[in-house]
Amino acid sequence: MSSSNNPLPPKERLQIVRQSMPEQDPLKRAHNFEEVNLGFTDELALQEATRCLGCGKPRCVQGCPVGVKIAEFVDLIVAKDYLGAAAKIREDNVLPAVTGRVCPQEEQCEGSCLLAHRAGSSSLGIGYLERFVADYERTTGQIGLPACAPSSGKKVAIAGSGPAGLSCAGDLVQRGHDVTVFEALHEIGGVLVYGIPEFRLPKDIVRQEVDNMRKLGVKFETNVVIGKTVTVDELFEEEGFDAVFIATGAGLPKFMGIPGENLCAVYSANEFLTRVNLMKAYRFPEYDEPVFDCAGKNVGVIGGGNTAMDAVRTSLRLGAKNAYLIYRRTEKDMPARIEELHHAKQEGVQIMDLWDPVEYIGDEKGWVRAAKLRKMQQGEPDESGRSRPVPIPGSETEVALDMVVVAVGNTSNPLVQQTTPGLDTDTRGRIVADHEHLRTSKKGVFAGGDIVSGAATVILAMGAGRTAAASIHDYLTTGEW
Amino acid sequence: MFKIVEARYLSKDVKLFRIHAPRVAKKQKPGQFVILRVNDHGERIPITIAASDAQEETITIVAQGIGKTTKLLNTLETGDSIADVVGPLGKPTDVEKFGTVVVIGGGVGTAIAYPTANALHDAGNRVISIIGARTKDLVIFEDELRAISDPLIVTTDDGSYGVKAVVTVPLQELIDSPNRPDYVLAIGPIPMMRAVAETTRAAGIKTVVSLNAIMVDGTGMCGGCRVAVGGKSQFACVDGPEFDAHQVDFALLAQRGAMYRDKERVALTRFEEEHACKLLEAAKA
Repeated sequence: MSSSNNPLPPKERLQIVRQSMPEQDPLKRAHNFEEVNLGFTDELALQEATRCLGCGKPRCVQGCPVGVKIAEFVDLIVAKDYLGAAAKIREDNVLPAVTGRVCPQEEQCEGSCLLAHRAGSSSLGIGYLERFVADYERTTGQIGLPACAPSSGKKVAIAGSGPAGLSCAGDLVQRGHDVTVFEALHEIGGVLVYGIPEFRLPKDIVRQEVDNMRKLGVKFETNVVIGKTVTVDELFEEEGFDAVFIATGAGLPKFMGIPGENLCAVYSANEFLTRVNLMKAYRFPEYDEPVFDCAGKNVGVIGGGNTAMDAVRTSLRLGAKNAYLIYRRTEKDMPARIEELHHAKQEGVQIMDLWDPVEYIGDEKGWVRAAKLRKMQQGEPDESGRSRPVPIPGSETEVALDMVVVAVGNTSNPLVQQTTPGLDTDTRGRIVADHEHLRTSKKGVFAGGDIVSGAATVILAMGAGRTAAASIHDYLTTGEW
Repeated sequence: MFKIVEARYLSKDVKLFRIHAPRVAKKQKPGQFVILRVNDHGERIPITIAASDAQEETITIVAQGIGKTTKLLNTLETGDSIADVVGPLGKPTDVEKFGTVVVIGGGVGTAIAYPTANALHDAGNRVISIIGARTKDLVIFEDELRAISDPLIVTTDDGSYGVKAVVTVPLQELIDSPNRPDYVLAIGPIPMMRAVAETTRAAGIKTVVSLNAIMVDGTGMCGGCRVAVGGKSQFACVDGPEFDAHQVDFALLAQRGAMYRDKERVALTRFEEEHACKLLEAAKA
């Protein structure tokens, strides 16, 4: 970068080691819902930001699904202009305090960082820095909201207030469009409020980001299920919307279809997490929604993704005596973020990899009391490139479990597709949209995020939201489909 | 917030609410339900819609105060508000011309059965209604059902009103009579629906029941409302709430429905203590 604020020559920057994130003590945090990562101090942030090499063609930016101007915001941190840095992020990312916490940076910006590919060095802590400036901005209350273009007179409806919907809404409102986001639940945020636990993403942060979007002019309507309360056609014909973006997510839990899955205390991860996060069942009876009382119990979570990690760590916080993560492949093949796996193990989660449930066994009252598991071995690589898990004959064993959470993924929720004539879906029920513009088979209707891609990450959904916003804007201004 | 435009008791513990919910009122069809949350510490519970008025932009629900949430709901009066009401959810009832249909409402289920009975009547069916209740005071929606029924039969467990019998007694009589029904709809407590299913199974009469499973979101996202129908797992919220009674695993439904019984007791005790304190304070003031 030409006008760098960095006082150190690159050679000296290489001498500084990556700053670690201060964390709540693992044994303490395993029993509370407060945030695990505590955030950088000014000193840590400055020290870390100074490590940035200021590449001429920053690869980190290319690695970011929403194209945050990383090198520029990091340089503003070096100049101690934290509010300027936050405003710089907001130009491309409406939820910096969220993505700074939940993005898989190691696969994206940080994975592309030159420092990551240098022997003896490790990538710049871009996620930590993003979080630092977003939190700084939040706690000082001086939000650098971008300016909005004059009103275009066009109305856009967004189905779903998760990361794809919010990101799309943020970009469209800045371009002068009248945006209404419809949400089926009673709170705005989608997976950010029902799925991701408080200890990874405090809900106050989501609420504040949503308030920022309200200040920009985005309208929100909760308790509206698109496809049930109002259909897509009615949004056009009766409510005067000019375009619709469908971002309803991947909200239909998969079960494995094995015996005993309907026993009491066998949950989908969606249900378990929704009860605890959205409905605050961990504060029962102050809040009314109940959840199985894990205190002193044996809990098994099936799966190896981030949702499985969230569920198993939540069960520990609810007092589980033993919290097992049961996964049919090896630990290194888990799709979860390394940081999440690391945190889970620190907190006492017991990993049972290469085990697969074949049946849940109930007591006389219909409550699960055990799982029958079979041992797996690594076979030939499958289409994902990982070894295919192959059952070992005669390896079945019983493990006592009082609660089971099935976290083996989601399929697409069909409510919109079933009630929208002319909207094409693929064999898995996902909405078909072209990659470049996210246009569906129905004029004026765009779709993106998990409902198109299948279950993915917050930031990929946000990227889709941005892409959709750009093509909706084109459509609204040119009228061309 | 959703304003209550009318609240009145139909019988002891059973209260009717007319709620201003324009979007739901416009779309509701018989058989569908809403999920509501009384206040911001509340749980989400499903309640089937008893009636709606698109002009007035209202829906009508009937709640029996049994657990904490329904008892809390029943403390609300005209002019109060409910934090969240979302719907209409679930698939509407299949309304066809079957011929002679029997609509059976057990307890508060009578209110839920009413809109479907009405729709079946409008579709040209002869509707015979059976209301079953523990005792006379708990008989609700009698006048409404009588207006569309030919005839209306009331049964009470204690014989304080109508016939002293359970609903399956007059149902069996109808099956054995020249008025043999072509279709039966039963909505009420699980033991009643199960008994109706057993009664009509032998006679091979198509029978539909509405399942009130425990739900959270009501849109298929959580899967908490899993029921087994014909040996297959279904989600009551999006695949139902109405299912073929002869295929439903009622034992599983009852088991899963009892999952939070201990918690419900804790919440109810706490509520009643708090409520008693409030009443005491009000009395002092």
